[in-house]
Amino acid sequence: MQVNGEFRPLIVAFCCNWCSYAGADLAGTNRLNYPADVKIIRVPCSCRVNPMFVLRAFQRGADGVILCGCHPGDCHYTSGNYFTRRRMTLLFSMLDYLGIEKERTRVEWVSAAEGAKFAKTMNEFCEAVAKLGENKRLEDLRCKN
Amino acid sequence: MDKREEILLISGVNVRKCMRCGKCSGTCPSYDEMEYHPHQFVYMVETGNIEPLLKSESLYKCLSCFACVERCPRDVEPAKVIEAVRLSAIREKGNNHLKAEQVPELIDDDTPQQLLMSAFRKYSK
Amino acid sequence: MHRIGVFVCHCGTNIAATVDVKAVAEAVKEESGVVFSVDYQYMCSEAGQTLVQDTIKEQKLTGVVVCSCSPRMHEATFRKAAAKAGLNSYMVEIANIREQCSWIHKDIMSGTEKAIILARAAIAKVQLNAPLTPGKTPVTKRALVIGGGIAGIQTALDIAEAGFDVDIVEKQPTIGGKMTQIDKTFPTLDCASCILTPKMVDCAQNEKIHIYSYSEVQKVDGFVGNFTVQIKRKARFVDEKKCTGCGECIEKCPMKKVPNEFNLGLDNRKAIYIPFAQAVPKVATIDANYCTMLTKGKCGLCSKVCGAGAIDYKQQDEIIEEKYGAIVAATGYNPIKIDKFDEFAYHQSPDVITSLELERLMNAAGPSSGTLVRPSYLNKQDDHKAHPKTIVFVQCVGSRSTECRKGSKEYCSKICCMYTAKHAMLIREKYPDTDVYVFYIDVRTPGKLFDEFYRRAVEQYGVHYIKGMVGKVAPRADGSLDVQASDLLTNEQLHINADLVVLATAIEPDKTARSIGTMLTASMDTNDFFTEAHPKLRPVESPTAGVFLSGVCQGPKDIPETVTQASACAAKVIGLLVKDELTGNPCVATPDELMCNGCSSCEKVCPYGAITYMDKEFRQPDRTVAIRRVAQVNPAVCQGCGACTVACPSGAMDLKGFSNKQIMAEVDAVCR
Repeated sequence: MQVNGEFRPLIVAFCCNWCSYAGADLAGTNRLNYPADVKIIRVPCSCRVNPMFVLRAFQRGADGVILCGCHPGDCHYTSGNYFTRRRMTLLFSMLDYLGIEKERTRVEWVSAAEGAKFAKTMNEFCEAVAKLGENKRLEDLRCKN
Repeated sequence: MDKREEILLISGVNVRKCMRCGKCSGTCPSYDEMEYHPHQFVYMVETGNIEPLLKSESLYKCLSCFACVERCPRDVEPAKVIEAVRLSAIREKGNNHLKAEQVPELIDDDTPQQLLMSAFRKYSK
Repeated sequence: MHRIGVFVCHCGTNIAATVDVKAVAEAVKEESGVVFSVDYQYMCSEAGQTLVQDTIKEQKLTGVVVCSCSPRMHEATFRKAAAKAGLNSYMVEIANIREQCSWIHKDIMSGTEKAIILARAAIAKVQLNAPLTPGKTPVTKRALVIGGGIAGIQTALDIAEAGFDVDIVEKQPTIGGKMTQIDKTFPTLDCASCILTPKMVDCAQNEKIHIYSYSEVQKVDGFVGNFTVQIKRKARFVDEKKCTGCGECIEKCPMKKVPNEFNLGLDNRKAIYIPFAQAVPKVATIDANYCTMLTKGKCGLCSKVCGAGAIDYKQQDEIIEEKYGAIVAATGYNPIKIDKFDEFAYHQSPDVITSLELERLMNAAGPSSGTLVRPSYLNKQDDHKAHPKTIVFVQCVGSRSTECRKGSKEYCSKICCMYTAKHAMLIREKYPDTDVYVFYIDVRTPGKLFDEFYRRAVEQYGVHYIKGMVGKVAPRADGSLDVQASDLLTNEQLHINADLVVLATAIEPDKTARSIGTMLTASMDTNDFFTEAHPKLRPVESPTAGVFLSGVCQGPKDIPETVTQASACAAKVIGLLVKDELTGNPCVATPDELMCNGCSSCEKVCPYGAITYMDKEFRQPDRTVAIRRVAQVNPAVCQGCGACTVACPSGAMDLKGFSNKQIMAEVDAVCR
């Protein structure tokens, strides 16, 4: 997306309800800034994120996708984030093969107490994606009007 | 590289793991011979106070028996720290005190191989 | 077609300062399905909620989107408001435009733009929402307590007090646990059995409490409110109902050389035994490994002398099944094995003992009848050397240690500093001519009157506390022990000629805890301690619903803390059992049976065991009936994580409230 002649990436962030979404809330409560490019979608657990959702986001023109979950061992559902870690490792290397650079995808563990980490992560991720520019590799031409 | 880093690099020991229980010194057989004791080696390397250690006779009093390594509850391996300080001191002096070619003159049939090993460990680069 | 109402909150200036709320309300009007949109000062206020309710009625809304603060804050508020107006509470979605928008952005342009996108995503989601009703399951009003130590006893007594039935399953022949072996308790120095045995008797006499001693939990099925548990009652070869506990059989039993585990092997017991005088139930048990009648078929003396006719050599293990609403794990602890710590010469000298062994040596009912003697002189008490003159205590044996040595524990065992101070103090009081040394790394005595207690040991009783660690204990030819240790404060190496060395061994969860944890699907940490649902805010509940934690099985703790936790645990159990039925979370996984191919992928990833399989008949297009294996989700057990939905290869599994379509719609709305 171009805003005032400057490229702004579109970032989709999936956050688990118990840790990372609360961490994002904490970042808000502490007024820690991060770019408005980040749009958060709440899921019960990071393991709810179907690789399909990530693909869909890229297909629809997202420039980066980040998954945030509880730290390993702290999952509200005991073991959900371990599934996430495995699934996304596979998916991201496949996406890399397809031309979606590794920098556009990320899994990050953010606890409910880590508002600062959430903001920092988002700032870094946005910057990294902004450097790469627009994602055109996985654009579904049928989505274009 | 400063001395502290050099010693940590040679020994491969993370001195921060030490919880100062003193078991290394409690177990050391040559404790009374030493000016600086195993736990002090670990602590002084951690704080970077290495000069006194390099000058100390204690370096050569350590038997390298590794009892402290065996018994340390935090897996710090004090003997390796002492050995690294020793090596650092020897390197500083810049020459080998024991050369391989000298060995045949020095030994007789009764010399245990282990002694040779530890001699090399102590007196050569 | 949905009729959606959008309510945009100003939250005073919290939102309105960086988001043009009027523009948001205006922009969402163009979204399909939106029939009403408005902005309002404070949506969560009484007036704001009334506005939502009135609009639902007037506009016949089928979905509500509130653009306000985090759903973690007020989702429940708006759901309740909607329910009051007759709209299903799960038809409400929140767009978080405060914490995740207005508070983090300064630019009003980008803030407004993002708020509109977030509102669109919520609208897209609510269009696919379906009304959900939480399921209800009945609660069996009976609790099971696994483990009959002080933790289990206290929990059971408190639950029974509230009027509910409780069963205690204890694997030993008597309840009481470790506390029965302890002589005195810190910091008050009152005798442990004097305060414990009345509680044990209370358990036995309470009509609401049933004790299954010498029994083990074998199988657990079901879920919160509806557990079915199989309990194995091990054969004790004595009829519990007939035995009067008179002890005649024990008197006559010729098999005298059985190591007495109650005294930690310091003396012997008979093959038929009652662990100690105050045992509950006071019933004899035959040790099948040693009884010659059971091993060789010869003897039968106990049967002959038993006036009650209680001996039954043919008794078999019996398995009983009971239903419970709640299960409490109170499996307790054991001192670690110190085989790997050979520097302390534990196996070389009988005079090197663990602290628990010292408890037995100092106990009036112990092998030395309460006189402190060196174990090597246990049976020659007339010898003047029997009484130890110099005693060395070693702290942190196996605790606070990295994994470098097998069997050692990384955690602090928490109780050792206090019981060592207690031992030292008691010895100095009873035998003032004794020299007592305590080698410590740190003295950790936080707690009410704890540090005062430790200081008393030093100041009043003259116990020598030495900062340093024992490196080596070497037995000497004369039977004394050479203790080589460092004194870090004087920078000296000490050699102490000791008569007795006492090791404060680390404690670890009981070995059975792991298998019980697996049966209960309750999670455990790497040390085999049960994990709590939340380390600070839910410390007595397991993450598995209906499973509660009491005592050391959750982490090292002393008796006062154990009792506190046991009562807290009972309060939680009572809170569950008073309910007639449980209301579940309606956002659970649900399989599409027509798509399910019965592959078991979902079953494998479910952390709660909520998924089972059943064979179901399906009418085929050609009117024949086929039987297929399909997944079934138990909504009372499912917690709604969604792991199964992603694992399902055919896409048959979906999560209510966070369905694939709903999240896809959100993704689409965000990326539009």
